[in-house]
Amino acid sequence: MIRVVLPTHLRSLARVDDEVAVSVEGAPTRGAVLDALEATYPVLRGTIRDQVTRQRRPFIRFFACEQDLTHEPADAALPDAVVAGAEPYLVVGAMAGG
Amino acid sequence: MSGVRVLVGTRKGAFVLTADGKRDRWQVSGPHFPGWEIYHLKGSPADPNRLYASQSSGWFGQVVQRSDDGGRTWEAVGNKFEYDGDAGTHQWYDGTQHPWAFARVWHFEPSLTDPDTVYAGVEDAALFRSTDGGATWQEMPGLRRQPSGPHWQPGAGGMCLHTIVLDPKDPGRMYVAISAAGAFRTDDGGTSWRPINRGLRSQGIPDPDAEVGHCVHRIAMHPSRPGVLFMQKHWDVMRSDDGGGSWREVSGNLPTDFGFPIDVHAHEPETIYVVPITSDSLHFPPEGKLRVFRSRTGGGDWEALTKGLPQQDCYVNVLRDAMAVDSLDPCGVYFGTTGGQVYASRNGGDSWTPIVRDLPSVLAVEVQSLA
Repeated sequence: MIRVVLPTHLRSLARVDDEVAVSVEGAPTRGAVLDALEATYPVLRGTIRDQVTRQRRPFIRFFACEQDLTHEPADAALPDAVVAGAEPYLVVGAMAGG
Repeated sequence: MSGVRVLVGTRKGAFVLTADGKRDRWQVSGPHFPGWEIYHLKGSPADPNRLYASQSSGWFGQVVQRSDDGGRTWEAVGNKFEYDGDAGTHQWYDGTQHPWAFARVWHFEPSLTDPDTVYAGVEDAALFRSTDGGATWQEMPGLRRQPSGPHWQPGAGGMCLHTIVLDPKDPGRMYVAISAAGAFRTDDGGTSWRPINRGLRSQGIPDPDAEVGHCVHRIAMHPSRPGVLFMQKHWDVMRSDDGGGSWREVSGNLPTDFGFPIDVHAHEPETIYVVPITSDSLHFPPEGKLRVFRSRTGGGDWEALTKGLPQQDCYVNVLRDAMAVDSLDPCGVYFGTTGGQVYASRNGGDSWTPIVRDLPSVLAVEVQSLA
Protein backbone atom coordinates (compact mmCIF):
# COMPACT_ATOMS: atom_id res chain seq x y z
CA MET A 1 0.00 0.00 0.00
CA ILE A 2 1.15 3.50 -0.77
CA ARG A 3 0.44 6.15 1.83
CA VAL A 4 -0.90 9.43 0.49
CA VAL A 5 -1.28 12.65 2.45
CA LEU A 6 -3.87 15.01 0.98
CA PRO A 7 -4.23 18.74 1.60
CA THR A 8 -6.92 19.79 4.07
CA HIS A 9 -9.56 20.75 1.52
CA LEU A 10 -9.24 17.45 -0.32
CA ARG A 11 -9.42 15.49 2.93
CA SER A 12 -12.68 17.30 3.65
CA LEU A 13 -13.96 16.59 0.19
CA ALA A 14 -13.05 12.90 0.42
CA ARG A 15 -14.36 12.76 3.99
CA VAL A 16 -11.15 11.30 5.41
CA ASP A 17 -9.43 12.50 8.57
CA ASP A 18 -5.87 11.38 8.03
CA GLU A 19 -3.57 10.02 5.40
CA VAL A 20 -5.03 7.41 3.09
CA ALA A 21 -3.50 4.25 1.63
CA VAL A 22 -4.04 3.02 -1.90
CA SER A 23 -3.11 -0.17 -3.63
CA VAL A 24 -1.46 0.30 -7.00
CA GLU A 25 -1.62 -2.23 -9.79
CA GLY A 26 1.48 -2.46 -11.96
CA ALA A 27 4.40 -0.09 -11.76
CA PRO A 28 4.10 2.33 -8.82
CA THR A 29 4.17 5.70 -10.52
CA ARG A 30 2.49 9.02 -9.76
CA GLY A 31 -0.02 8.36 -12.49
CA ALA A 32 -0.87 4.98 -11.04
CA VAL A 33 -1.20 6.41 -7.53
CA LEU A 34 -3.55 9.13 -8.75
CA ASP A 35 -5.55 6.58 -10.76
CA ALA A 36 -5.95 4.47 -7.62
CA LEU A 37 -6.74 7.49 -5.49
CA GLU A 38 -9.48 8.67 -7.88
CA ALA A 39 -10.91 5.16 -8.15
CA THR A 40 -11.18 4.92 -4.36
CA TYR A 41 -12.38 8.51 -3.90
CA PRO A 42 -14.21 9.55 -7.09
CA VAL A 43 -14.91 12.97 -5.59
CA LEU A 44 -11.22 13.77 -6.08
CA ARG A 45 -11.49 13.50 -9.86
CA GLY A 46 -10.61 16.83 -11.36
CA THR A 47 -9.20 18.29 -8.16
CA ILE A 48 -5.56 17.18 -8.52
CA ARG A 49 -5.38 16.88 -12.29
CA ASP A 50 -7.71 18.21 -14.93
CA GLN A 51 -10.57 15.87 -15.84
CA VAL A 52 -10.09 16.33 -19.57
CA THR A 53 -6.38 16.96 -20.13
CA ARG A 54 -5.19 14.82 -17.16
CA GLN A 55 -2.59 17.51 -16.50
CA ARG A 56 -1.62 18.44 -12.96
CA ARG A 57 -3.52 21.46 -11.76
CA PRO A 58 -1.10 24.40 -11.68
CA PHE A 59 -1.12 24.93 -7.90
CA ILE A 60 -0.70 21.26 -6.95
CA ARG A 61 2.69 19.99 -5.84
CA PHE A 62 3.95 16.46 -5.15
CA PHE A 63 6.55 15.89 -2.44
CA ALA A 64 8.11 12.76 -0.94
CA CYS A 65 11.25 11.94 1.01
CA GLU A 66 12.00 15.66 1.33
CA GLN A 67 12.11 15.97 -2.46
CA ASP A 68 9.93 18.02 -4.78
CA LEU A 69 8.72 15.48 -7.34
CA THR A 70 6.24 17.84 -8.97
CA HIS A 71 8.02 18.03 -12.26
CA GLU A 72 8.90 14.34 -12.51
CA PRO A 73 7.06 12.61 -15.38
CA ALA A 74 3.78 11.02 -14.37
CA ASP A 75 5.15 7.62 -15.32
CA ALA A 76 8.43 7.97 -13.39
CA ALA A 77 9.05 5.43 -10.64
CA LEU A 78 8.25 6.60 -7.11
CA PRO A 79 10.99 6.51 -4.44
CA ASP A 80 11.55 3.09 -2.91
CA ALA A 81 10.57 4.36 0.56
CA VAL A 82 7.19 5.48 -0.78
CA VAL A 83 6.63 2.18 -2.56
CA ALA A 84 7.56 0.31 0.62
CA GLY A 85 5.15 2.38 2.69
CA ALA A 86 7.91 3.80 4.86
CA GLU A 87 7.32 7.35 3.62
CA PRO A 88 4.08 9.01 2.51
CA TYR A 89 3.48 10.63 -0.86
CA LEU A 90 2.41 14.21 -0.25
CA VAL A 91 -0.15 15.99 -2.42
CA VAL A 92 0.27 19.64 -1.56
CA GLY A 93 -1.61 22.82 -2.36
CA ALA A 94 1.04 25.37 -3.31
CA MET A 95 1.49 28.14 -0.78
CA ALA A 96 -0.43 31.26 -1.74
CA GLY A 97 -2.32 33.72 0.36
CA GLY A 98 -5.93 34.81 0.40
CA MET B 1 -46.62 28.74 7.39
CA SER B 2 -44.72 30.04 4.43
CA GLY B 3 -41.05 30.88 4.67
CA VAL B 4 -37.98 31.81 2.74
CA ARG B 5 -34.57 30.28 2.27
CA VAL B 6 -31.79 32.59 1.15
CA LEU B 7 -28.86 30.82 -0.50
CA VAL B 8 -25.65 32.80 -0.23
CA GLY B 9 -22.43 31.99 -2.07
CA THR B 10 -19.27 33.69 -0.82
CA ARG B 11 -15.56 33.62 -1.48
CA LYS B 12 -15.08 31.31 1.50
CA GLY B 13 -18.12 29.07 1.59
CA ALA B 14 -21.90 28.87 1.33
CA PHE B 15 -24.48 30.00 3.84
CA VAL B 16 -28.18 29.20 4.09
CA LEU B 17 -30.36 31.82 5.79
CA THR B 18 -33.91 30.82 6.70
CA ALA B 19 -36.92 32.59 8.15
CA ASP B 20 -40.65 32.13 8.36
CA GLY B 21 -43.02 34.27 6.34
CA LYS B 22 -42.60 37.24 8.65
CA ARG B 23 -38.94 37.44 7.60
CA ASP B 24 -37.86 39.10 10.81
CA ARG B 25 -35.93 36.34 12.61
CA TRP B 26 -33.26 34.46 10.72
CA GLN B 27 -31.35 31.24 11.26
CA VAL B 28 -27.90 31.09 9.69
CA SER B 29 -26.44 27.77 8.57
CA GLY B 30 -22.86 27.51 7.39
CA PRO B 31 -20.25 27.84 6.24
CA HIS B 32 -20.86 24.91 3.96
CA PHE B 33 -17.71 23.99 1.98
CA PRO B 34 -15.61 26.37 4.11
CA GLY B 35 -12.65 27.87 2.36
CA TRP B 36 -14.01 27.27 -1.15
CA GLU B 37 -15.40 29.88 -3.50
CA ILE B 38 -19.10 29.34 -4.02
CA TYR B 39 -19.87 31.17 -7.22
CA HIS B 40 -23.55 30.31 -7.19
CA LEU B 41 -26.17 28.05 -5.68
CA LYS B 42 -29.77 27.72 -6.68
CA GLY B 43 -32.80 25.58 -5.95
CA SER B 44 -35.05 23.74 -8.36
CA PRO B 45 -38.43 25.39 -8.90
CA ALA B 46 -39.85 21.89 -9.36
CA ASP B 47 -38.46 20.58 -6.06
CA PRO B 48 -37.32 23.21 -3.55
CA ASN B 49 -35.28 20.66 -1.63
CA ARG B 50 -33.07 20.08 -4.66
CA LEU B 51 -30.20 22.57 -4.67
CA TYR B 52 -27.14 22.87 -6.88
CA ALA B 53 -23.95 24.62 -5.78
CA SER B 54 -20.83 25.61 -7.70
CA GLN B 55 -17.82 25.00 -5.47
CA SER B 56 -14.46 26.02 -6.87
CA SER B 57 -10.90 26.78 -5.93
CA GLY B 58 -7.85 28.13 -7.65
CA TRP B 59 -5.98 25.10 -6.34
CA PHE B 60 -8.45 22.27 -6.75
CA GLY B 61 -10.72 23.29 -9.61
CA GLN B 62 -14.45 22.78 -9.91
CA VAL B 63 -16.69 20.65 -7.71
CA VAL B 64 -20.46 20.47 -8.14
CA GLN B 65 -22.52 19.88 -5.02
CA ARG B 66 -26.13 18.76 -4.88
CA SER B 67 -28.50 18.74 -1.94
CA ASP B 68 -31.77 16.83 -1.77
CA ASP B 69 -32.82 18.17 1.62
CA GLY B 70 -32.77 21.91 1.22
CA GLY B 71 -29.10 22.37 2.02
CA ARG B 72 -28.75 20.34 5.20
CA THR B 73 -26.60 17.69 3.52
CA TRP B 74 -24.71 17.73 0.25
CA GLU B 75 -23.28 15.24 -2.20
CA ALA B 76 -20.57 15.94 -4.75
CA VAL B 77 -21.77 15.02 -8.23
CA GLY B 78 -20.19 15.21 -11.67
CA ASN B 79 -17.58 17.86 -12.39
CA LYS B 80 -16.39 16.88 -15.87
CA PHE B 81 -17.14 19.75 -18.24
CA GLU B 82 -15.73 18.74 -21.60
CA TYR B 83 -16.36 20.97 -24.59
CA ASP B 84 -18.05 19.23 -27.48
CA GLY B 85 -15.66 18.01 -30.15
CA ASP B 86 -12.71 20.20 -31.05
CA ALA B 87 -13.02 23.03 -28.56
CA GLY B 88 -11.50 25.56 -30.96
CA THR B 89 -10.29 29.01 -30.03
CA HIS B 90 -11.59 32.43 -29.10
CA GLN B 91 -9.97 35.83 -29.04
CA TRP B 92 -7.60 36.53 -26.14
CA TYR B 93 -6.76 39.81 -24.45
CA ASP B 94 -3.81 40.38 -26.76
CA GLY B 95 -5.84 39.75 -29.90
CA THR B 96 -4.45 36.27 -30.54
CA GLN B 97 -6.60 33.17 -30.66
CA HIS B 98 -6.70 31.22 -27.40
CA PRO B 99 -7.90 27.64 -26.85
CA TRP B 100 -11.27 27.34 -25.14
CA ALA B 101 -10.57 25.97 -21.64
CA PHE B 102 -12.96 25.25 -18.78
CA ALA B 103 -12.28 27.26 -15.62
CA ARG B 104 -15.41 27.24 -13.45
CA VAL B 105 -19.19 27.28 -13.27
CA TRP B 106 -20.52 30.79 -12.76
CA HIS B 107 -24.23 30.05 -12.69
CA PHE B 108 -26.64 27.12 -12.37
CA GLU B 109 -30.16 27.46 -13.71
CA PRO B 110 -32.36 24.50 -12.75
CA SER B 111 -35.15 23.52 -15.13
CA LEU B 112 -38.56 24.96 -14.30
CA THR B 113 -40.15 21.51 -14.47
CA ASP B 114 -37.58 18.76 -13.87
CA PRO B 115 -35.36 18.72 -10.75
CA ASP B 116 -32.78 16.54 -12.51
CA THR B 117 -32.31 18.94 -15.39
CA VAL B 118 -30.04 21.90 -14.78
CA TYR B 119 -28.10 24.27 -16.99
CA ALA B 120 -24.59 25.48 -16.17
CA GLY B 121 -23.04 28.67 -17.47
CA VAL B 122 -19.27 28.32 -17.44
CA GLU B 123 -15.98 30.10 -18.09
CA ASP B 124 -14.65 29.93 -20.83
CA ALA B 125 -18.10 30.83 -22.03
CA ALA B 126 -20.27 27.86 -22.85
CA LEU B 127 -23.58 26.37 -21.81
CA PHE B 128 -23.76 22.86 -20.38
CA ARG B 129 -26.78 20.80 -19.40
CA SER B 130 -27.28 17.86 -17.09
CA THR B 131 -30.39 15.70 -17.20
CA ASP B 132 -29.32 13.34 -14.42
CA GLY B 133 -29.12 15.62 -11.44
CA GLY B 134 -25.61 16.81 -12.15
CA ALA B 135 -23.98 13.38 -12.51
CA THR B 136 -22.94 14.09 -16.10
CA TRP B 137 -22.75 17.24 -18.19
CA GLN B 138 -23.08 17.77 -21.91
CA GLU B 139 -22.25 20.97 -23.74
CA MET B 140 -24.94 22.64 -25.85
CA PRO B 141 -22.43 23.49 -28.57
CA GLY B 142 -24.68 25.46 -30.87
CA LEU B 143 -24.03 28.55 -28.78
CA ARG B 144 -20.26 28.60 -29.24
CA ARG B 145 -20.56 27.51 -32.84
CA GLN B 146 -22.71 30.36 -34.02
CA PRO B 147 -20.53 32.55 -36.23
CA SER B 148 -19.45 35.12 -33.67
CA GLY B 149 -17.96 32.53 -31.25
CA PRO B 150 -14.31 32.83 -32.33
CA HIS B 151 -14.55 36.61 -31.93
CA TRP B 152 -15.70 36.58 -28.31
CA GLN B 153 -13.12 37.81 -25.87
CA PRO B 154 -12.98 37.91 -22.07
CA GLY B 155 -13.78 40.87 -19.90
CA ALA B 156 -11.62 41.65 -16.91
CA GLY B 157 -13.36 38.93 -14.89
CA GLY B 158 -12.84 36.21 -17.47
CA MET B 159 -14.99 35.09 -20.38
CA CYS B 160 -17.94 33.83 -18.45
CA LEU B 161 -21.48 32.79 -19.25
CA HIS B 162 -23.10 34.20 -16.14
CA THR B 163 -26.79 34.62 -16.93
CA ILE B 164 -29.32 32.00 -18.01
CA VAL B 165 -32.99 32.96 -18.26
CA LEU B 166 -35.62 30.33 -19.07
CA ASP B 167 -38.90 31.33 -20.72
CA PRO B 168 -41.70 29.88 -18.56
CA LYS B 169 -44.22 30.01 -21.41
CA ASP B 170 -42.05 28.63 -24.21
CA PRO B 171 -39.85 25.64 -23.31
CA GLY B 172 -37.80 26.14 -26.47
CA ARG B 173 -36.75 29.68 -25.65
CA MET B 174 -33.95 30.71 -23.36
CA TYR B 175 -31.57 33.62 -23.02
CA VAL B 176 -27.95 33.72 -21.95
CA ALA B 177 -25.47 36.52 -21.41
CA ILE B 178 -21.70 36.41 -21.74
CA SER B 179 -19.03 38.88 -20.68
CA ALA B 180 -17.88 40.30 -22.95
CA ALA B 181 -19.82 38.98 -25.92
CA GLY B 182 -23.39 40.02 -25.17
CA ALA B 183 -26.81 38.40 -25.04
CA PHE B 184 -27.97 35.41 -27.07
CA ARG B 185 -31.31 33.66 -27.56
CA THR B 186 -32.39 30.23 -28.65
CA ASP B 187 -35.90 29.40 -29.83
CA ASP B 188 -35.32 25.69 -30.38
CA GLY B 189 -34.25 24.46 -26.97
CA GLY B 190 -30.60 25.30 -27.35
CA THR B 191 -29.75 23.83 -30.74
CA SER B 192 -29.26 27.16 -32.49
CA TRP B 193 -28.59 30.62 -31.11
CA ARG B 194 -28.44 34.18 -32.34
CA PRO B 195 -27.03 37.38 -30.85
CA ILE B 196 -29.69 39.75 -29.52
CA ASN B 197 -27.78 42.95 -28.97
CA ARG B 198 -29.46 45.41 -31.33
CA GLY B 199 -29.79 48.76 -29.61
CA LEU B 200 -26.86 48.27 -27.25
CA ARG B 201 -24.15 50.89 -27.49
CA SER B 202 -20.85 50.32 -25.72
CA GLN B 203 -18.00 52.79 -25.67
CA GLY B 204 -14.77 50.93 -25.24
CA ILE B 205 -15.26 48.51 -28.09
CA PRO B 206 -14.18 49.39 -31.62
CA ASP B 207 -17.71 49.50 -33.03
CA PRO B 208 -20.05 50.80 -30.30
CA ASP B 209 -23.14 49.14 -31.79
CA ALA B 210 -21.49 45.91 -32.92
CA GLU B 211 -23.56 42.75 -33.08
CA VAL B 212 -21.39 41.14 -30.39
CA GLY B 213 -18.72 42.30 -27.96
CA HIS B 214 -20.90 44.02 -25.36
CA CYS B 215 -20.27 43.46 -21.67
CA VAL B 216 -23.74 42.49 -20.49
CA HIS B 217 -23.75 42.14 -16.71
CA ARG B 218 -27.20 40.73 -16.02
CA ILE B 219 -30.62 40.12 -17.58
CA ALA B 220 -33.87 39.80 -15.62
CA MET B 221 -37.40 38.79 -16.63
CA HIS B 222 -40.76 38.68 -14.91
CA PRO B 223 -42.31 35.24 -15.48
CA SER B 224 -45.68 36.68 -16.45
CA ARG B 225 -44.14 38.63 -19.36
CA PRO B 226 -41.27 36.61 -20.76
CA GLY B 227 -40.91 38.85 -23.80
CA VAL B 228 -39.94 41.81 -21.63
CA LEU B 229 -36.31 41.78 -20.56
CA PHE B 230 -34.33 44.16 -18.38
CA MET B 231 -30.56 44.39 -18.67
CA GLN B 232 -27.81 45.92 -16.60
CA LYS B 233 -25.00 46.39 -19.06
CA HIS B 234 -21.47 47.44 -18.07
CA TRP B 235 -22.79 50.95 -18.53
CA ASP B 236 -26.50 51.51 -19.27
CA VAL B 237 -29.71 49.95 -18.01
CA MET B 238 -31.63 48.61 -20.98
CA ARG B 239 -35.05 47.22 -21.75
CA SER B 240 -36.43 45.00 -24.51
CA ASP B 241 -40.11 44.46 -25.23
CA ASP B 242 -39.60 41.95 -28.01
CA GLY B 243 -37.60 39.12 -26.46
CA GLY B 244 -34.28 40.79 -27.05
CA GLY B 245 -34.96 41.67 -30.67
CA SER B 246 -34.19 45.29 -29.85
CA TRP B 247 -33.17 47.23 -26.75
CA ARG B 248 -33.67 50.79 -25.58
CA GLU B 249 -31.96 52.58 -22.75
CA VAL B 250 -33.97 53.18 -19.56
CA SER B 251 -31.21 54.57 -17.34
CA GLY B 252 -33.23 57.75 -16.93
CA ASN B 253 -32.38 59.68 -13.77
CA LEU B 254 -30.02 57.13 -12.20
CA PRO B 255 -26.98 58.79 -10.61
CA THR B 256 -24.80 56.40 -12.61
CA ASP B 257 -25.93 53.63 -14.91
CA PHE B 258 -22.95 51.37 -14.24
CA GLY B 259 -23.73 48.36 -12.09
CA PHE B 260 -24.03 44.63 -11.93
CA PRO B 261 -27.37 43.15 -10.72
CA ILE B 262 -30.89 43.88 -11.91
CA ASP B 263 -34.09 42.20 -10.76
CA VAL B 264 -37.86 42.44 -11.09
CA HIS B 265 -40.48 42.64 -8.32
CA ALA B 266 -42.32 39.33 -7.91
CA HIS B 267 -45.81 40.81 -8.36
CA GLU B 268 -45.24 44.04 -10.28
CA PRO B 269 -43.68 43.34 -13.69
CA GLU B 270 -42.86 47.02 -14.21
CA THR B 271 -41.05 47.40 -10.88
CA ILE B 272 -37.34 46.81 -11.22
CA TYR B 273 -34.26 47.22 -9.03
CA VAL B 274 -30.62 48.11 -9.69
CA VAL B 275 -27.65 49.07 -7.50
CA PRO B 276 -25.75 51.90 -9.19
CA ILE B 277 -21.98 51.70 -8.91
CA THR B 278 -19.74 54.69 -9.49
CA SER B 279 -17.96 53.57 -12.64
CA ASP B 280 -16.09 50.79 -14.38
CA SER B 281 -12.93 51.86 -12.60
CA LEU B 282 -14.53 52.66 -9.22
CA HIS B 283 -16.46 49.59 -8.14
CA PHE B 284 -18.24 51.13 -5.17
CA PRO B 285 -21.39 53.19 -4.69
CA PRO B 286 -21.34 56.88 -5.56
CA GLU B 287 -20.64 59.22 -2.62
CA GLY B 288 -20.14 56.27 -0.27
CA LYS B 289 -23.91 55.81 -0.09
CA LEU B 290 -25.32 52.33 -0.65
CA ARG B 291 -28.56 52.90 -2.52
CA VAL B 292 -30.84 50.52 -4.33
CA PHE B 293 -32.78 52.29 -7.06
CA ARG B 294 -36.32 51.22 -7.88
CA SER B 295 -38.34 52.06 -10.94
CA ARG B 296 -42.07 51.43 -10.91
CA THR B 297 -42.33 52.31 -14.57
CA GLY B 298 -40.11 49.66 -16.08
CA GLY B 299 -37.17 52.02 -16.15
CA GLY B 300 -36.66 55.67 -16.95
CA ASP B 301 -37.93 57.07 -13.67
CA TRP B 302 -35.99 55.87 -10.63
CA GLU B 303 -36.20 56.46 -6.87
CA ALA B 304 -33.43 55.91 -4.34
CA LEU B 305 -34.13 53.38 -1.59
CA THR B 306 -31.95 54.19 1.39
CA LYS B 307 -33.80 53.37 4.60
CA GLY B 308 -31.64 50.96 6.59
CA LEU B 309 -28.72 51.10 4.16
CA PRO B 310 -25.43 52.84 5.03
CA GLN B 311 -25.42 56.40 3.72
CA GLN B 312 -21.85 57.30 4.44
CA ASP B 313 -18.41 55.71 4.12
CA CYS B 314 -19.73 52.65 2.29
CA TYR B 315 -17.44 51.28 -0.40
CA VAL B 316 -18.73 47.79 -1.11
CA ASN B 317 -19.84 46.34 -4.43
CA VAL B 318 -22.85 44.21 -5.28
CA LEU B 319 -22.05 41.56 -7.87
CA ARG B 320 -24.21 40.45 -10.76
CA ASP B 321 -25.67 37.31 -9.18
CA ALA B 322 -26.04 38.81 -5.70
CA MET B 323 -29.61 40.12 -5.84
CA ALA B 324 -32.87 38.18 -5.72
CA VAL B 325 -36.54 38.52 -4.81
CA ASP B 326 -38.93 36.21 -2.99
CA SER B 327 -42.53 35.67 -4.08
CA LEU B 328 -44.23 36.43 -0.78
CA ASP B 329 -46.59 39.37 -0.39
CA PRO B 330 -45.24 41.97 0.11
CA CYS B 331 -42.34 41.01 -2.09
CA GLY B 332 -38.99 40.55 -0.37
CA VAL B 333 -35.82 41.85 -1.98
CA TYR B 334 -32.34 40.65 -1.00
CA PHE B 335 -28.79 41.49 -1.96
CA GLY B 336 -25.29 40.67 -0.75
CA THR B 337 -22.19 42.83 -0.80
CA THR B 338 -18.49 42.32 -1.23
CA GLY B 339 -18.26 43.49 2.40
CA GLY B 340 -20.12 40.42 3.59
CA GLN B 341 -23.50 41.92 4.39
CA VAL B 342 -26.75 40.41 3.16
CA TYR B 343 -29.54 42.97 3.26
CA ALA B 344 -33.23 42.09 3.15
CA SER B 345 -36.29 44.17 2.52
CA ARG B 346 -39.66 42.63 3.31
CA ASN B 347 -41.58 45.53 1.79
CA GLY B 348 -40.42 45.71 -1.79
CA GLY B 349 -37.41 47.85 -1.00
CA ASP B 350 -38.98 50.54 1.17
CA SER B 351 -36.68 49.64 4.07
CA TRP B 352 -33.74 47.29 4.58
CA THR B 353 -32.25 45.26 7.40
CA PRO B 354 -29.00 43.29 7.36
CA ILE B 355 -29.60 39.58 7.96
CA VAL B 356 -25.86 39.06 8.42
CA ARG B 357 -23.07 41.62 8.47
CA ASP B 358 -19.79 39.78 8.49
CA LEU B 359 -19.77 36.98 5.95
CA PRO B 360 -16.93 36.61 3.47
CA SER B 361 -17.33 38.63 0.29
CA VAL B 362 -20.69 37.69 -1.23
CA LEU B 363 -20.71 36.33 -4.78
CA ALA B 364 -24.29 35.18 -5.15
CA VAL B 365 -27.70 35.45 -3.50
CA GLU B 366 -30.73 33.39 -4.45
CA VAL B 367 -34.04 33.11 -2.64
CA GLN B 368 -36.53 30.30 -2.38
CA SER B 369 -40.07 30.96 -1.27
CA LEU B 370 -41.28 27.92 0.63
CA ALA B 371 -44.87 26.81 1.03
